[in-house]
Amino acid sequence: MAVEAVRATSDTKVAPWNDPVIRGWVFQIVVVGLVAALAWYLVSNTLENLARQKIATGFDFLGREAGFAIGDTMIAYSPADTYARAIWVGILNTLRVAVIGIILTTFLGTIIGIGRLSPNWLLARICAIYVEIFRNVPLLLWLFLIYKLVSEAFPGPRQAIRMMGDTVFLSNRGLYFPVPIAAPIHKWMGVGLIVGIVGAWALHRWATARQARTGEPFPSILAGFGIVLAAPFLVWLLGGAPSAMSWPALKGFNFEGGTVIQPEFAALLLGLVLYTSAFVAEIVRSGILALHKGQSEAAAAIGLSRGQSMRLVLLPQALRVIVPPMTSTYLNITKNSSLAIAIGYPDLVASINVTINQTGQAIENILIIMAAYLTVSLSISAFMNWYNKQIALKER
Amino acid sequence: MTDLAQSGDAPRPKMSPPADQTGIVGWLKRNLFSSWGNSLTTIVLIACVVWIIDWFIDWGLVNATFVAANGPECGKNAGACWALIGEKYRYIFFGSFPYEQHWRPLFACIAMLAMLLASADRRMWNWRLLVIWSVGSFVTFLLMFGELRFPLTIFLIVGLVVGGVGMGLRAGIASPREMLTYRVLAIVGGVGLAGRIAGVIPAWGLEINAFSYVETGLWGGLPVTMILATYGLVFAFPYGILLALGRRSNLPLIKGLCVGFIELIRGVPLISLLIMASVMLPLFLPTGSNIDKFLRALVAVIFFAGAYIAEIIRGGLQSLPKGQFEAADAMGLNYVQSTTLIVLPQALRVVIPPLINTFIGFFKDTSLVLIIGIFDFLNTANQALVDPNWAGFPGEVYLFAAAIYFIFCYSMSRYSKYLEIELNKGTRR
Repeated sequence: MAVEAVRATSDTKVAPWNDPVIRGWVFQIVVVGLVAALAWYLVSNTLENLARQKIATGFDFLGREAGFAIGDTMIAYSPADTYARAIWVGILNTLRVAVIGIILTTFLGTIIGIGRLSPNWLLARICAIYVEIFRNVPLLLWLFLIYKLVSEAFPGPRQAIRMMGDTVFLSNRGLYFPVPIAAPIHKWMGVGLIVGIVGAWALHRWATARQARTGEPFPSILAGFGIVLAAPFLVWLLGGAPSAMSWPALKGFNFEGGTVIQPEFAALLLGLVLYTSAFVAEIVRSGILALHKGQSEAAAAIGLSRGQSMRLVLLPQALRVIVPPMTSTYLNITKNSSLAIAIGYPDLVASINVTINQTGQAIENILIIMAAYLTVSLSISAFMNWYNKQIALKER
Repeated sequence: MTDLAQSGDAPRPKMSPPADQTGIVGWLKRNLFSSWGNSLTTIVLIACVVWIIDWFIDWGLVNATFVAANGPECGKNAGACWALIGEKYRYIFFGSFPYEQHWRPLFACIAMLAMLLASADRRMWNWRLLVIWSVGSFVTFLLMFGELRFPLTIFLIVGLVVGGVGMGLRAGIASPREMLTYRVLAIVGGVGLAGRIAGVIPAWGLEINAFSYVETGLWGGLPVTMILATYGLVFAFPYGILLALGRRSNLPLIKGLCVGFIELIRGVPLISLLIMASVMLPLFLPTGSNIDKFLRALVAVIFFAGAYIAEIIRGGLQSLPKGQFEAADAMGLNYVQSTTLIVLPQALRVVIPPLINTFIGFFKDTSLVLIIGIFDFLNTANQALVDPNWAGFPGEVYLFAAAIYFIFCYSMSRYSKYLEIELNKGTRR
């Protein structure tokens, strides 16, 4: 009876307006149509407004002369260069602060996160207070505070704080320090550094394999650092050890020679690192706490020290929990570096902002911002997803 | 089977534990001086803490100036210049709002705080929430603007939405009379709205004039930060729910639209959205129409918040077992019913703590609106430093602003922690 009844209902024709498939398509077409209508309305308004304000469209402006100066550049740039180059300088500045920020934040955040779990009550408390203070106040406020302190509390160039026998100068213009004058050997030292890193990695693999086979440990990390440092040094010696340095010296109202860490860059980096490491600390802490208590007890039972058990047993397992939220934290650092505009560090958004004000071509410039950040974000996500696969639990 | 008591030994008298393992001494030994490395850490840390506290008391209390006529007078002492805060706190809190009317933003802040505090109480999580927020919002905006105008269009939209949702939600449950009410509401709203767009029905509005009108350009300080964060999230919430449902939908076009939107917004910084809202929104609208700067910022915040909220809610939706959806279908519930009665109540319960954390994030992130020239709390603090009579004391003002932000964010994060435990009582063993 029941079977027949079911068959009977499934055979009956469903009216088209009650068919879920047809209803779904109608609904989708209506929604997409509404979105398209809205988009058409906005675009037609925009075109009309642009025509009325006599603003050009298209990306031709990229080839024109930018005409604005940028205070802190990694590549040669002058106001006579094109908008494209000005924007490229901005992208490089964004990448510089993001990459250095990510590395420093990871270190500081991990240390503080582990510190919160320390058996030393005072250390754990201080790390907890650090986390609460930094993550409950806006990043922008930290940036302003640090920047104002750097630019107002440090003396002017003439009264600069002199260190290391008048070779390093700290003033409100930044930290000036000597650098070697460019020599051809520096390129080969770079090659030496890469060779050293590859060598250290090979040594570490060999040492791990040997320890697994024979049980004999080898201080591969220490030796690896030695190799990484020694290789470029050897190249330098072989190249005749050129030691000509460019020394900073006070000329008029500012320093010349040497190189400088500018206060805007320092304030942005410091603010980003201090603020974000509070979040990283929480991620690391919760990653370690997510592990079963037996893991640390077992590590202690086989005689590992606290440092060893953290490095060999707890952190590698905690990484599996830590990496996904860490990825979004890295993306946040990259995106938050755009706050640079508030304290005058010339990052991508700052360059674009000036370009918008000068050319009036807002849409093209916003598209450039979106494309640039999406590229960076997707690259970071892709790399972190690859890394996440590497450390994931290998199950049969 | 050896019984210790019978093996010849008399039962030993109970001994108290060693003196260095109990009480304060024991606690100190366990937690601060368990090894020589630990002891060294403790001593170094105590030295640092004492040094910092000592410096702070010297700077902030002993050598500080609490009353001064201007900056140079403050500068005579080596310590902090708290007189600056005393001079500027009205501006920092309320911005350029007409000075003699400062009680209005003050009460608006109190109204919003009361509204938020009342919503924090779990006993209010029902129809009362709607009443609290309607009354609270009405009071807040009446105080801030001074006069309110509810155009007919708003009533028509409300009618259409209430009618439409009611028809879907109460299908098969409501009495014919109730159903008829929803139908009438929806038809009146829809036809009226079409009439308004076509220009057949004239613009009409309900006006309430209580105080003198204050435009948004004069708003500033704490109320701006609170309004942007609170209402940014309130408007972003339903919109985030729709995005999350769209992303989980089986319909490919809807899903594609939602995924594209969410990923695009999440991939770019808030600043670029704010810049976009401030320079591109005027271009998007018909020639001649002007959109309020404050509203532009609010739109950017809503777009931004919506994408993030959608991802959080998606997490909640994914945590529901498939059986819940299937059971709802088996009961013969339609999509609106199964979503609002079965799926969302369970999914939202899971995501309340992360939602509060997002709210904390937005409360901090609203400070970015200063880039497009809106006077939020951080911006008014910044502007207080510009006064040439009081130049040279940025640390004091920023510390003051940081303390206010900290009080808000820290109490919210404590509440989120409490709620997490409270809501999981049923599932904890």
